This record gives sequence, C-alpha cells and structure tokens, in this order.
Amino acid sequence: MNYNWDWNVFFKSTGIGTEIYLDWFISGLGWTIAVALAGWIIALILGSVLGVMRTLPNKTASGIATAYVELFRNVPLLVQLFVWYFLVPDLLPERAQIWFKQDLSPATSAYLSVVVCLGLFTAARVCEQVRTGVQALPKGQNYAAMAMGFQQAQIYRYVLLPQAFRIIIPPLTSEFLNIFKNSSVASLIGLMELLAQTKQTAEFSANLFEAFTLATVIYFVLNMSLMKFMGWVETRLRVPGMMGGAK
Amino acid sequence: MRFTTRLICTATVGALLAAPAMSAELTGTLKKIKDSGTIVIGHRDASIPFSYLDNNQQPIGYSMDIAHKVVEAVKKDLKMPGLKVQYNLVTSQTRIPLVQNGTVDIECGSTTNNLERQKQVDFSVGIFEIGTRLLTKKTSGIKDFPDLKGKNVVTTAGTTSERLIKAMNAEKQMGMNIISAKDHGESFLMAESGRAVAFMMDDVLLYGEMVKARNPAEWVVTGKPQSFEIYGCMMRKGDPAFKKVVDDAIKATYKSGEINKIYAKWFTSPVPPKNLNLNFQMSDELKGLIKSPTDKSAEQM
Repeated sequence: MNYNWDWNVFFKSTGIGTEIYLDWFISGLGWTIAVALAGWIIALILGSVLGVMRTLPNKTASGIATAYVELFRNVPLLVQLFVWYFLVPDLLPERAQIWFKQDLSPATSAYLSVVVCLGLFTAARVCEQVRTGVQALPKGQNYAAMAMGFQQAQIYRYVLLPQAFRIIIPPLTSEFLNIFKNSSVASLIGLMELLAQTKQTAEFSANLFEAFTLATVIYFVLNMSLMKFMGWVETRLRVPGMMGGAK
Repeated sequence: MRFTTRLICTATVGALLAAPAMSAELTGTLKKIKDSGTIVIGHRDASIPFSYLDNNQQPIGYSMDIAHKVVEAVKKDLKMPGLKVQYNLVTSQTRIPLVQNGTVDIECGSTTNNLERQKQVDFSVGIFEIGTRLLTKKTSGIKDFPDLKGKNVVTTAGTTSERLIKAMNAEKQMGMNIISAKDHGESFLMAESGRAVAFMMDDVLLYGEMVKARNPAEWVVTGKPQSFEIYGCMMRKGDPAFKKVVDDAIKATYKSGEINKIYAKWFTSPVPPKNLNLNFQMSDELKGLIKSPTDKSAEQM
C-alpha cells in the first residue's frame, strides 16, 4: 500500500484560526458525550415509564407502550433522525418554525433533534428491558406485596422495580454504550461530534487512516471506561443474597 | 518517510535517464493493467455532471468521458485492443485509499487537486477549474460574502468551501453560523428550507443544484469567487510511466479541440437523468487550463 503515514498530523494547524486537528477531536468528543448523556436521561426516564406500562394489567396502558416500542424499534434510526430534523420542525406553527430554524444556532437545533431522536429511540429498547426485568421476577413477589396491602404504585416502587433494575443492569449497560455509538448519526445533520470531526480531519489533511485510527481509539477507551463504571455501579448496588451476590 | 521520498526521487530520475533503454520494461500500474487485462476506473455516484450513475446504473459524465480517452490511450500504449474496463464506485472518503491500495487504477470524478492530497496520490493534468461562490434566493438580499455577517450559511462537509468559510469566519470575525451538511443535496435542502440563507460551494455544483430546484428561477449564484480549484484524475504516487500516458491522452483531447464537444455535451446541453441543462458557460480559468495544461493545484499557481 502506497500510503504516506504521518502521526504528527494531529498537532498540525487546520488552517482555521490557531486550531490544530487535535482540538477538533476534543471538541467532537465533548459533543458526543453531551448528545449521549442527554439522550440517555430521556431514554431512561421514558423507557422506565413505558416498561412499567407494558407490565400493567391495564390493557390500554400496555397497548400504548407496545405500539410505541413497535414504532420506534422498527424504523431505522437514521430515518427517525431525518424525521425529527427535517420533517417535524416543518409541522410546527410558523413562529416556532422560525425560532427553531433561524433563531437557534444550527448546532443547537441539530443537537435538540438528535437528543430527542436518540432518547426516544433508545427509550423503546430500555422499555423492553424494564419489562423483561419485571417479568423475570417470580409472580409470588407481586402477590406477596398485594397481600401486604400495597397499592399498585407501591408494589412497583418498593418491590418490583428495585429488583428488576438490579437484574437488568448488564443489558442496560449495553444500551448505554449503544447510545454513545449511535450518537455518530448526528454527523449526518451537521453536528460536529466525534465522527464528523474525524471525517473532516480526514478530508482536510488527506491523512484518513490516522484520523480514523484515533477515532477508533477514542470510542474504544470511552466505551471501556463506561463499561468499567457500570460494572462498579452493579457491584455497589448488589443486594446480598440476590443473584449470587452474597458477600 | 523522508528516505522513501528520496528513494522515489532517485528512482524517478534514474528511470528518466534510462528511459530509452528500458522502454519495453513495464512497471507499476501499466504492468498491473497488462497482467490483469483490466483497467479499473473509480467513479462517483452523484457528482453531476462529472461522474454519476444514469438510469441504467452506468457511470457517465464529463470526467468519465475523459477517463475513456485515457483508456483508449492505454489500449494503444499496451497494444491491447481487448482491454477490459471495470468500474468501481468510490466516495469522498474512500477514493484516496482505494487508489493507494490498488483497487482503483485511476479515479476521475470531481476531486480537487491540493497539496494535502498530493502527499498521498499523483494528479493528472487538470480536467476542470471551478470558483467557490454562493447560491442564494434572489430575495435574500445577499450579493457577496460580506453580506453573510451574522447569518446561517451552509456548505458540504469535507469540501474546500467548508475550510474557506470557516477560516473567513475566524479571521474576519463575521459571526456566521456554519452548517456542514453531509452532501450537496442536503446542503441545498438546508438553504431551501430556510435553515441557511446561502450555500457556499463550487460554482458548477451550485448550478447543478439550482436546476434541480422546485423553482430554479428564484435562485441565483453570486459572490466573488473565494478560491479557484482545479479538478484532476488521481493515480498512485510515483508511477511516471502511467502518469505520462494519462497526461498525454488528456492533453491530446485538449489540443484536438475534442474537449469542446465533451464540454458542450455535459454543460450546455440537457443531461440525464432529468434532462436538465446546466447552461454553465466555459470559464476563462478553464479556457486557460485547456490552453496550458498543468498538474499543479490552483494554490501552487
């Protein structure tokens, strides 16, 4: 292969102000984290509510949650993003449209779109995990709580959810990592997150392999750290006697 | 790396000195083409009208016609009338590595010749020259770049326009919000939907977007060109024998005046897939390039 390697490229000037290419990666990483965390908050809250709804005896509530999951899980993420970014703003009232498209900076409007998109998309997946977590518990837990005179809300708050969430920490971790990886779709609506900055560096410097290698390392280190962190959370929250956690 | 460069230089000089003696000895790309009986041309899917797919998914365009001239010359040079031509789709991200690793022998699309890319590949003599300008609605009141102060401007990610407008924004503190869209179609959508007041890009591509608009009459290409750029075909670095065949073929097309026919076919007549006419008259810069072909980038001139 006839390639001219240059690992110093990250310290070279981009030709814009006094920036070097490494600055682009740092700012890109910042956006990636900002998108993923905000999206994750939406996903976790909405996903938990929907997950609980799916396990409720009430047919309407579980029907709504099921429909939500089917809709958001069966449409490609990229299509959803384009809907949130291009289509939804056009359905808003005139004033709101102008505010969204012109008063907000392009980075902000792209950020809002992608956070909502990732949050709602991931919520469908979190919902399914919460549901399986609740359903994995022995039925006796529910009946015992009822026998104790707990209301439905109390049963979930004090009996079912504390156990269900502990069970689903490993699959939730993988969704948490997924939202960081999925945040790269933001590059397609012009948000300069890590992947967009990588592509830009590759185009500007013609040092494509160095740029993508650095991006790979950054994503890998980021996700490994998150995995370690979630592993630590899991150990901290472990209840002695549950799930082989007796210590 | 410096050693390699020196080696290539020495080898090149050596090859030039020894040229008459070893003219029968094939090396590099020409040897690869001779051995495999196939030449692989890299093309784009939507660089209208340079290199794109028609309704039958065949690559066509101005740059492809020039690539075919190159193929004819290679056939003649290698005395291989039955040489097979294979097409390989490339994107702006894959085009350089695919040339370097030997998947593609020559890429003819809308690739700007610049100093960064010259470190990775060799360019043929220029095949087109553009200026970077603005596409805006006639009613926007934008006449030139200074009018963009404090406005939203869109450009396509990874292009020279992106670099120029960002640098201009930083240097002149114009307070523009710059959107980098993923391709020209999406950039235009940003301008059409009112997210940006203007779209900065290569003038010829702006004309291409304009004719595709719902109402082409409400758009105008304006502003003093911020740079001129020369498009070239890309080849593997350090292969003077192949580069000479390519350059000679392109120069011959210029000299014979055939280039005018090719130009008229793609820029001043209706072109597929929608049979739209770009009506893009040949610029003085391109006329100059055709008169005295060069493989230098515009910034080196």
